[in-house]
Amino acid sequence: MSNKIANAGNIGKKVRSDCYVTLELKDSGGIVINQKSKVQVLYGDSNNELCKDVLSFFGIENAILTLEDRGALPLVIAARIEAAIKTLIDTDKEYLLDFIDENNYTSEKEQFRFSRLYLPGNSPSMMLNAGIHEPNGIILDLEDSVAYNKKTEAQHLVRNALRGINFYGAERMVRINQFPKGLEDLKYLIPHNVHMLLVPKCEGADQIKQLEKKIVELKSQHKVTHSIFLMPIIESALGVEKAFEIATASENVVALAIGLEDYTADLGTRRTNEATESFYARSRMVNACKAAGIQAIDSVFSDVGDMEALKANVKVSKGLGFEGMGCIHPRQIKVIHESFAPEAAAIDKAMKIVNAFIIATEKGLGVVSLGTKMIDPPVVKRAEKTINLAISLGLISENWREDFLNEQAG
Amino acid sequence: MVPTEINGEEVIPFKGIGKHKPTGRKYAPPIPTVLDYPEDGNKVVGSLKEALKKCGLSDGMTISTHHHLRNGDLVSNTIFDAAKEMGVKDLVWFPSASFPCNEPIMVYLEDGTVNRIEGSMNGPLGRFVSQGKMKGTAVLRSHGGRAQAIQDGEVKIDIAVLAAPSSDLFGNANALSGPSACGVLGYATTDFLYADRVIVITDNLVDFPNMPMEIQGNYVDFVVVVDKIGIPERIVSGTTQITKSPDRLLIAELTADFLQESEILKDGCYMQAGAGGTSLAIGHYLHQILKEKGWKSKLGFGGSTKYMVQMLEEGTMEHIMDAQAFDLDAVASIANNKNHHQYPVFNAYNFHSKGNLTSMMDIMILGATEVDVNFNGNVATHSDGYLLHGIGGWQNCLHAKNVILPIPLFRDRISVIKDEVTTICGPGEMIDIIVTERGIAINPRRKDLIEKMKNSSLPIKTIEELKAEAEAICGPAQKPNISDEVVAAIKWVDGTVIDVVRKVID
Repeated sequence: MSNKIANAGNIGKKVRSDCYVTLELKDSGGIVINQKSKVQVLYGDSNNELCKDVLSFFGIENAILTLEDRGALPLVIAARIEAAIKTLIDTDKEYLLDFIDENNYTSEKEQFRFSRLYLPGNSPSMMLNAGIHEPNGIILDLEDSVAYNKKTEAQHLVRNALRGINFYGAERMVRINQFPKGLEDLKYLIPHNVHMLLVPKCEGADQIKQLEKKIVELKSQHKVTHSIFLMPIIESALGVEKAFEIATASENVVALAIGLEDYTADLGTRRTNEATESFYARSRMVNACKAAGIQAIDSVFSDVGDMEALKANVKVSKGLGFEGMGCIHPRQIKVIHESFAPEAAAIDKAMKIVNAFIIATEKGLGVVSLGTKMIDPPVVKRAEKTINLAISLGLISENWREDFLNEQAG
Repeated sequence: MVPTEINGEEVIPFKGIGKHKPTGRKYAPPIPTVLDYPEDGNKVVGSLKEALKKCGLSDGMTISTHHHLRNGDLVSNTIFDAAKEMGVKDLVWFPSASFPCNEPIMVYLEDGTVNRIEGSMNGPLGRFVSQGKMKGTAVLRSHGGRAQAIQDGEVKIDIAVLAAPSSDLFGNANALSGPSACGVLGYATTDFLYADRVIVITDNLVDFPNMPMEIQGNYVDFVVVVDKIGIPERIVSGTTQITKSPDRLLIAELTADFLQESEILKDGCYMQAGAGGTSLAIGHYLHQILKEKGWKSKLGFGGSTKYMVQMLEEGTMEHIMDAQAFDLDAVASIANNKNHHQYPVFNAYNFHSKGNLTSMMDIMILGATEVDVNFNGNVATHSDGYLLHGIGGWQNCLHAKNVILPIPLFRDRISVIKDEVTTICGPGEMIDIIVTERGIAINPRRKDLIEKMKNSSLPIKTIEELKAEAEAICGPAQKPNISDEVVAAIKWVDGTVIDVVRKVID
């Protein structure tokens, strides 16, 4: 097996928090590691150890490994080496670093999904700090933002990121590839507490069923018990026509998103700021979602420099019935949250519901009622979320109930 | 422990803040007489080399320069070209700062023309020094410390070579016009007042009298006219830009929120921030808050930028006092706006002044390469031990009422918060608030701020918590390989030695 060479990772002066590995398998000569690192003085030794450990894990005894490091974390370096190895060797083994405690949380069907931040699945530098900007969801993208020849390394990087990069409470999402590649992505995701999969170019319930089947298989194989939600993306004329069918294809479909770049291309038209060309599609999809009892999520707004235009866009989106929007830059998150923020009437209603719930609990009643109306537990939950959101946006104080009770008394 | 001798001279180790008070009389240059200068006032000589000769350039002399031409400086290197031609050895270069454009001086450090640099060292020169390649020991001082060292005679300047964007034949000079206009020449003030000999070098000889005379011709020995003293686009950046990095913008936003909530930002406050992308973003956010509240900052201390000029023009800042201008808008504003004043660091930062502007500032935004759990700060070296930055005005600015360091928690996997900084440039007592993208740490000595912010919704954490957070992400780092050999001394603002930099072993 002489002269087998593989590469993985990114290189260049502007690349940060990443590395580029070149692996050459040899017949003899042992392991040789050539490291050139931006942080050599502080991490040269531990990087070396890591390289050796990954190679030995895969039973490689003779190889030259060149590591050109631009400050990559161990989880990145390990992913790059593993990807390089797997282009040369056929193996099912996986080199897994620790799953960090901070990432042990689940998401819920009724969760707010105002903002979801797209991150290219093969660019580690953006992943590290994504969570601190507090989007509702973080999407590691394996699809359009990853070049075809980089798919394997992105799968490994995304897997390691799901395990080792703190998402700071954001819903943990991955956009998988179109099928069949998308089905191959799953084994890198399902065992690693992914909360939600975004399914691109969805055009029918059968796609969702096919996906669900594979997910169920992997879940049982890896003893995963939590729900894995789906957000199919409608990106074509056919998809729009099939929106309701897709929305009701599985109980795990909790939202539909619309992708307007591809949709307008499919229509043979161009995307405009006024968005009249996609009005029908958006309304149709919103209607399908509401009919199915799930969330309707809008496309991304691509002018990252224009916050005023974004604000206007979100207002329209909210007016059409959308409950969230994609982000491609962290600065968009705040604007989107503020624009999707619950209005005074909604907060007021939520306070009444939560108040009724607290009173019912205090009295030991099993049923919560507001006036003559019974309130279902999911509605209470949603009201609590509205209130938490209003608090986090500074719309009401943390001690809102005091003021609320005073007001009622007075 | 810091040594008690540097470059063969006795030095005093740091005693604590405010503990060292030199006494006696200020140093003074020799007495000149008008008899030695031309009656027609024409001091122009044919070349820099001729001027240096006439100034008696000889072995071991100290040559000073200012850094207002920044990375576009075409003058400093030519001094040593001339010295080399003259066969002079062991010179001490005493710049107010050096830049990557001064890299050619490494050749003269190697061949013995220059013994050492005493001044801020950036980039390749810092690296050269860290590797132990400089014959003498580098001495790093703050801008104020440089003025202090000159005034109390710690450094005696033999010849000051002062680049001037405009000068008349008598040596009256300023920086307001000419192809290399850089706004102000404040860093040169101490030099022309205290040097034995002063050469003004210009590419823009104008008619007498050149007004205003920021450098006064009656302190000048010779005037040299050359084709070009600087490369304009490297002197001022055409535009200084607010950072686009979402993480840095988040830090800036947290900083502005903190300043507002803690009421450090108030109507009439004095403020200072640098020209880095994050500082500019903070300035921008503070500008918005002031506008919303109908408040104004009474005084902003420069280096100024177009963003500060904007505050001046929109009425959220009443005065700018400026030691340097960072962009073209600032240069133009100094020339045109009567509330935009030149104010040398000689007055603002100097330990031997009768009062100090920095201690009057309410808001001081600074940077650092490292801080430690005791809030000690480092601006000179990186965590790998290499000397890569100058101190600038940083130490002097620490005297402000509220010192805020907005810094990313880690850079390229290198945590900013350490158990101990690689080099102490500023004592922890003087640093009040660290703002990172992952939380804000208040110095435990600032009980008032901790009390004030105890119910804040901002992510207030202890510095130990921030450190642990960074380490969990970056992983434990190994110790750099550093020898005992001292390659640079870090002076405190009062002239004592606060720390040293040691040679890095590759």
